[in-house]
Amino acid sequence: METDNVNSFEREYQKIKENLEKLCRETKASYVLLIDKAGQLITSAGDTSSLDIPSFATLSAADFAATSNLADLIGEHDFSTLFHQGKARSIYVSLIANQVILAVIFPRETTLGLIRIKVKKASADLERFFENIFTQLESEYVGTVDQDFIKEAESELDSLFE
Amino acid sequence: MSLINYSSKEINCKIVYYGPGLGGKTTNIKYIYSKVNPGSRGKLMSLDTELDRTLFFDFLPVNLGRVKGFYVHFHLYTVPGQVYYNASRKLILKGVDGIVFVADSQIERFEDNIESLENLKENLSEYSRILEEIPMSIQYNKRDLPNIVSIAELEEDLNPRVLFSCEAVAVDGIGVFEPLKAVSKEVLRKLK
Repeated sequence: METDNVNSFEREYQKIKENLEKLCRETKASYVLLIDKAGQLITSAGDTSSLDIPSFATLSAADFAATSNLADLIGEHDFSTLFHQGKARSIYVSLIANQVILAVIFPRETTLGLIRIKVKKASADLERFFENIFTQLESEYVGTVDQDFIKEAESELDSLFE
Repeated sequence: MSLINYSSKEINCKIVYYGPGLGGKTTNIKYIYSKVNPGSRGKLMSLDTELDRTLFFDFLPVNLGRVKGFYVHFHLYTVPGQVYYNASRKLILKGVDGIVFVADSQIERFEDNIESLENLKENLSEYSRILEEIPMSIQYNKRDLPNIVSIAELEEDLNPRVLFSCEAVAVDGIGVFEPLKAVSKEVLRKLK
């Protein structure tokens, strides 16, 4: 594994995490999640212990993808944000760097206006961090798995799917 | 693509079950759910119609555990097989790492298999991806039924690349884990 590359990813990741925690604090959100377009969690802030994260991430990505296609059908390029209003909690979803989904889950005490302002501010920073990561991913090979990894993973697969 | 998260040390791989409607994709994933140790899998989520036909997708997260310091997760999805639902089927293919193609062995469904495979290629091309570059395995399902196409014929039309394939009766769990294992291993090898 290329340690330098990994450290550099970790630095960007740390900045992203801090940014999310700040957003969560400032909006008094229950939690904030960053999800990729394929429905996999990148990272989160806030107490997500009661949340079924894989299901949430998958549905958010599917929701966003379905809505983008709806936009397309009416001649819009994209709906950049989605808002689902509930009685006790609501969800505000927006797209970062055209690749990553930011979902903020907030209680009724927080106003939508505040969420909009804070998300806009956080998005600008997050976008920068992600663009750094994407540039690195494109320009450098980052080795993660070797023969030993594959051998061990295959043996785990054999015992899991018996 | 497999998302490797260097800081949380996680590798997530997306496997999609594809194939014609009523071919048994959901049956596969339900069987896997019932047999995998509950500690190694998450909740099975199904977005289906009132008549239990898949409307959007089924989703099952399976955890391989810790391998060389990385937590490896496989996310299994099915697509709605009915021709009508192509818009949602296409969405699920976004970021796919591996495909299990579930073919229906019945003679009257033979053309549907070919059509579904063509549809898979078309949908992937919208993401600028080529089927030949994506790990895939094929399951010939419903081998217990009387009116079925021979394996030789199915292989000739559906498996020209000679990928891993097997006979299955998914409802009884026969031939369910083999294609999943084959494609998962191929996905892991491709991570290199």
